[in-house]
Amino acid sequence: MILIYLLSVLLIGTLLFFNRGKVLNYPLVCLFLFVQCAFTVYACLHYNESSSHYFTFDSLGIIMLCTATVISIPASYYSYIYVEDSQVKPDSKAIYWGAFTLLIAAVSASFLANHIAVMWIFTEITTLSASALIYHHRNKLALEGTWKYVFICAVSITFVYIGILFLSLSMEGAGSTDLSYKNLLANSSLIDPLWLRFAFLFVFTGFTAKLGLFPMFTAGVDAKDKAPGPAAALFSSIVMCMGFVGIFRTYILVANTSLHHWASLVVGIAAFLSLFIAAVYMIKVKNIKRMMAYSSVEHMGLVMLGIAAGGIGYYAAILHIVLHSFVKSSLFFQYNQLYKTFGTKDIYQMGNYFKYNTTGAIVILLAVISVTAMPPSGLFVSELLIFRSLFEANHLIVLIVVLLLLTLIIWSQAKNFFKILYSPVVGFDETNVPRIPSHRSAFQFVLLAGAAYLGLNPPAIFVEMINDCIRYLP
Amino acid sequence: MLHVLLIIFLISLFYLSIANRMSTYVNVLAFQGILLFFVAFMELKNINTLNLILILLETIIFKSLAVPLFLNYVLKRNHITREAEPFVPNFLSLIITTVIVIVTILLSDLMKEGSFDKMFFVVALSTLFTGLYFIASRRKIITHVMGYLIIENGVFILSLAVGSEMPMLVNLGIMLDIFASVLILGIFLNKIGDVFKDIDVDQLSNLKDY
Repeated sequence: MILIYLLSVLLIGTLLFFNRGKVLNYPLVCLFLFVQCAFTVYACLHYNESSSHYFTFDSLGIIMLCTATVISIPASYYSYIYVEDSQVKPDSKAIYWGAFTLLIAAVSASFLANHIAVMWIFTEITTLSASALIYHHRNKLALEGTWKYVFICAVSITFVYIGILFLSLSMEGAGSTDLSYKNLLANSSLIDPLWLRFAFLFVFTGFTAKLGLFPMFTAGVDAKDKAPGPAAALFSSIVMCMGFVGIFRTYILVANTSLHHWASLVVGIAAFLSLFIAAVYMIKVKNIKRMMAYSSVEHMGLVMLGIAAGGIGYYAAILHIVLHSFVKSSLFFQYNQLYKTFGTKDIYQMGNYFKYNTTGAIVILLAVISVTAMPPSGLFVSELLIFRSLFEANHLIVLIVVLLLLTLIIWSQAKNFFKILYSPVVGFDETNVPRIPSHRSAFQFVLLAGAAYLGLNPPAIFVEMINDCIRYLP
Repeated sequence: MLHVLLIIFLISLFYLSIANRMSTYVNVLAFQGILLFFVAFMELKNINTLNLILILLETIIFKSLAVPLFLNYVLKRNHITREAEPFVPNFLSLIITTVIVIVTILLSDLMKEGSFDKMFFVVALSTLFTGLYFIASRRKIITHVMGYLIIENGVFILSLAVGSEMPMLVNLGIMLDIFASVLILGIFLNKIGDVFKDIDVDQLSNLKDY
């Protein structure tokens, strides 16, 4: 079934790439969304079954696949608005839509891959399609962003490949050459720990480029800054989820060997440094889009802290990354309206947004409450659980420093966003501000409400599935 | 014989670390491609014809003909200066490369004796880290790309060490190599050459936070 899905998306993507007219373009995008939804429903109905040998519809895969499908619908809608408004040439439009469908399909397939090499191949495809999306505007800065993204992702993909090579060396003692996650886990007691140590270090470092964690986070920040808003929303939600899945599946394997403590230390250090870096940059940053990107770095730091702390932290990490995907993509969708109103990314030249676009301003207000994890938002629950896991694991000093860093982050975010919402800008020319229809924000409200609902009152099946994802962790 | 080839490969890294001219870099990369072909030919004894053709394509045609020709073309077309212009003196580069090799040798001492040849491990890892060091210490974008190509060579050696048991992994590595190099070299080095006339990383510093 997954082969049919991939082939049909490839066909749709190719047609979108070669088609320069408007008449066929949007029916094709709608067809893609239909295929994506149909595939998600099929995956849910065939829970825990394998497909085409290399893919399994397991709990983690299905949670992430559903997240990706939910986000891909508004992403297509806002891409449509963005592409129609921005008056680009027909060929860049065609490349945009082709890369857009390919990115979502590659990410979806990588969620379900049960073999580390298959996952790696789809990660490579996302680099290709993402670079086409970042280069959408064909100018100097976009080229710089694309170059940095492609170069760092190429190096990190090489790292993952080295990790796979080491993993296959570590399996020599087990007498098996099958590198599927299931077989690796079954042989975890026979794996040579030294090679596994190397393998984990390389796989972890490689996937941090996609996850947006220290040390490879820079590529993602530049990419989100230069990519169009809807594409940046995908980068900060589903592509980050893909990096998480890549690390998490390897972490499960390592956690079942004698290296568990060492691995959680490695993950914990990277997570803490990401939080620190995010806090330092967010105090100084003037570009609103980069601020959102650093906020993603911060949240990924929290997610990985949950993984490092263990216990309830595993549950909280998966919950947090799903909720963060909804909230952050909604904020990036709103960013396009913000840019349209003020014509700049500079925070100092934006202000009094309530006056120009009331609905959009309400979205930003709600999104800021969500993203800083204030009580009514769903992220509050997951962050609280992460803090609890740190407390229970007796990492009190880490917890205190993390809370101090988060205070700085919340302060800088609130300061900048409230400035945009309330305080007027001196010398701003009001005559050319376009009117933005309020129904365009509808999807953003839906995503924010969905995040709050899943966090505060998670359906029993959702909780059950998250618990199923972490059942192999000690 | 295999070890002699690998040691020659290691020496070529030392030579690169003190090389001054861009054309030397290109020539050494081409030479490394030929070395890799012989290493692959000797290490992978029982492979089928299809795999052999793939490896031949990758090492001889791609690594030692297509890539050097393309790099020379880029160098000429964009009038890149002949000097490599490193941030650090050549002597220091030589010392750092030596330290990298020594550290990998010490690291390989940690390993148990097994079916795996330690020589491959030492050469592959020192190539990898030397490539990373070249990226960090050179100023031009094209030298960054060369650093990446050196890393790829290191990865190819490592994959050969595993390859006797798992030819699938070698093929994957070749796929990665061709895919990433074409993406980087073909599309972007060309584009960057068009947009930024003198390719220097200092020009790629407009994306910043404040």
